[in-house]
Amino acid sequence: MTQKPLITAQHLSVHYPLRGGLIGPKPYVAAVENVTIEIAAGSFFGLVGESGSGKTTLGRAMLRAAPITKGDVLFDDGEVEYSLKNLGKKELKDYRKRAQLIFQDPYAALSPRMTVRDIIAEPLEVMGLTKSRAETDERVREIAAKCRLNVEHLRRFPHAFSGGQRQRISIARALVSGPKFIVADESVAALDVSIQADVLNLLKAIQQEMGLTFLFISHDLSVVAHVCDHVAVMYLGRLVETAPTRTLFSAPRHPYTKALLSAIPSLDPDDRGKAQKLEGEIPSPLNPPPGCKFQTRCPNAIDRCRVDEPILESAGDEHNVACHRWKELAL
Amino acid sequence: MSRLIDVENLTLQFDTDEGRITAVDDVSFSLEAGEVMGLVGESGSGKSVTAKSLMKLNPGNAVYGPDTKITLHLDDGPVDVMALQNDREMKIVRGGAISLIFQEPMASFAPAISIGDQMVEQLLIHTSFSKPQAKEVSIEMLDRVGISDPSTRFGQYAFELSGGMRQRAMIAMALSTKPKLLIADEPTTALDVTIQAQVIDLMKDLVSEFGMGIIFITHDLGVIAQTADKVAVMYLGRLVEQGTVRDVIRRPAHPYTRGLLAALPTLDDIDAPLTPIPGDIPSPLERPPGCVYNTRCQEVVGPQCSAKVPAFFEVETGHAAACHLYDPAGGFE
Repeated sequence: MTQKPLITAQHLSVHYPLRGGLIGPKPYVAAVENVTIEIAAGSFFGLVGESGSGKTTLGRAMLRAAPITKGDVLFDDGEVEYSLKNLGKKELKDYRKRAQLIFQDPYAALSPRMTVRDIIAEPLEVMGLTKSRAETDERVREIAAKCRLNVEHLRRFPHAFSGGQRQRISIARALVSGPKFIVADESVAALDVSIQADVLNLLKAIQQEMGLTFLFISHDLSVVAHVCDHVAVMYLGRLVETAPTRTLFSAPRHPYTKALLSAIPSLDPDDRGKAQKLEGEIPSPLNPPPGCKFQTRCPNAIDRCRVDEPILESAGDEHNVACHRWKELAL
Repeated sequence: MSRLIDVENLTLQFDTDEGRITAVDDVSFSLEAGEVMGLVGESGSGKSVTAKSLMKLNPGNAVYGPDTKITLHLDDGPVDVMALQNDREMKIVRGGAISLIFQEPMASFAPAISIGDQMVEQLLIHTSFSKPQAKEVSIEMLDRVGISDPSTRFGQYAFELSGGMRQRAMIAMALSTKPKLLIADEPTTALDVTIQAQVIDLMKDLVSEFGMGIIFITHDLGVIAQTADKVAVMYLGRLVEQGTVRDVIRRPAHPYTRGLLAALPTLDDIDAPLTPIPGDIPSPLERPPGCVYNTRCQEVVGPQCSAKVPAFFEVETGHAAACHLYDPAGGFE
C-alpha cells in the first residue's frame, strides 16, 4: 500500500508506575515498549497477541486514552496533523471526534437507562456537533440505517436487543461523530459465530463505504485473517512481527507467530496432535526476562537470545520481524 | 466399551415471571465410558442447562418433564438420577460419579480459601480418605496436570494463579475424586490459544488414563474437531444433529450445522466470505412452532417446517439429523 499513514506510532512506550520504590528509580511496568507502527489510511489493520501482550494498551495510546511515556503517536488525516503527546485541550477535543473506540462487551458498554437514540446521540451532544435536536435526530437515523439498525427501534432500551444488535448500536455510537480512525477492541469476541460473521461483514462494509481506517484488536487469528489487510503480532509489550495478512499467514517468520498459528484448533479431526505446542505461559510484565522476551518459551532460543533483545528488521516487502534467527529458521 | 449414561426425553422448563419457558425440549443421547461427546450450540441453545440436568443442578424453579429419564450406569448398578430427592442422595452423583468444570476458573474457586483446602474438602466429602491422605492425593493431582511446584501451589489462593494455571487446578480438583463422567462447560473459552492447546492436550491424556466419559460443551467447532469422538448439535433447546465428529464436520446434514460451519472463519481459505446465519436466535418465550430453526433456515422444505416438529432421520450409519429434508414421507402423514 503506497498510501500515506493516517496514524503512526514512533518508538512508543507506555509505562505504568508501581507502588513502592522510595529509594532509587521509580518502579514501573512496561505495558508497551518501543513500538513503531504505521497504519495506512483506509486499511484494516489487525493487532493480535495473547492476554497481557499490551495490544489493548497500544490501541488506547493511539486514542490518547493511555499515557504516552516515551515516543509519540502522529495523526494526519489531511485536515489536521496532531502529535498526540503534545495535544492541547481544544485539539484533544477535536481528536476525540476523529478517533473512536468500539468496545468488546456489548452488554456492558451500553447504559441500560438510556434509549438507543440517546446512546447514539450522546457523542454528538457532548461534542456539540449538531445545532438542533432535529439535526441530531437526522444524524442518528442516518447512522442507524447505515449500521442496519431498525430505525423504528430507536426509542427502545438496550435490554430489548440481542448481542449482535447491541454491538451494532455500539458501532453506530462510535461512528456518529464522523471519525476517520476506529479502534475495535475485541469487538466480536463476545458474539456467537453466526452473529460474529454478520458484525464483521458490517464493519468491512462500513469501512469501505466511509473510507475509515481500523485498528482491529483481536486474539482470534482466524477472524483477523478474514478481515484485515495488515497484521501486527505483539508479545509482552513488543511488536514481534508485522506483515500484510497474506504474507503473515503463508510465511510467518517469528517463532511466536508460528506457534500461535499452529495452536488454532483445526476443523479437520485428522489433524489431531499435529499442532506445534508452546510450553509455559506469557511471563509477567512485572518481571520480564532479559534479551528476547519470547526466549523463555521459544523452541529455537540460543544463548544470544537470552542477552540480546532483537529489534524489528525487514524480512521482505512490508514484512518486519524481531528475531535473531529468522533467516536461518526460514531456510 | 460399556454404557455410562443414558438420557431419554429430557425436557426442562423454568417457571419465570414471564411464564413457563422451555429450556430443553425432548433431548435424548447416550455416552460410553471413555468417550468424548461435544455438545455444540450458540448461547441460549440450552447446552449448559442440559449438562447441569445430569446432576439436577438447576435452580428451584426448574420443572422436569414427566418422561425425563436419566440413567447413570455405575459399578454397583444403574442409578435413576431423576428419582434422587435430596442433597444427601445426590452426593453419589454430584462430585462423586460426575464432576463439573466451569468456564470461568476465577469464579469457580472461593477467593478466600486456599486451592489446597478446597481440594481436600471435596475429597473428604466424597471419599474415605483421611486428611493427610487427601492432601497427598491433591498434590499428586496438581502435579499430574502439569502444575510446577505443586506443594507450594497447594497453599496458594486462586488470585495467585494465572488463568491457565487456575483451569489446570480446576481440572485437578474435578478429577481427584475419580469421576466416571466429567462435564466440561466451555473449559477453554477464557484461555489464550496457546494455553487452550495445552489444556486440550491435558484433557485428552487424562481421558485415556482414567477411562472416563467427557461431555465437552463449547461453541468452538475447532475445539470439538480436535477433542470429541462424537458431536451433538443443539438449537433452542432441541437436539438437531448427532453423529461422529468426522461425519458431522465433513458432511453436516442439518441446515443449522451447515450455517454454523459457513459462518466460521478458518485459516484454510482466508478469502472465503463469512456467511452469517440470518436473524437472531428467537427468545425462548417465543419458540417457533414446528422445527425450531424454521425462522432462520435457508433450506425450508415446505409448510411442514413450521407445522410439524421433525423427527430424527438417519442420513448415514450413526449420523442423524432432525430435519424434514430427510423425511422419506416428506413430512406428511
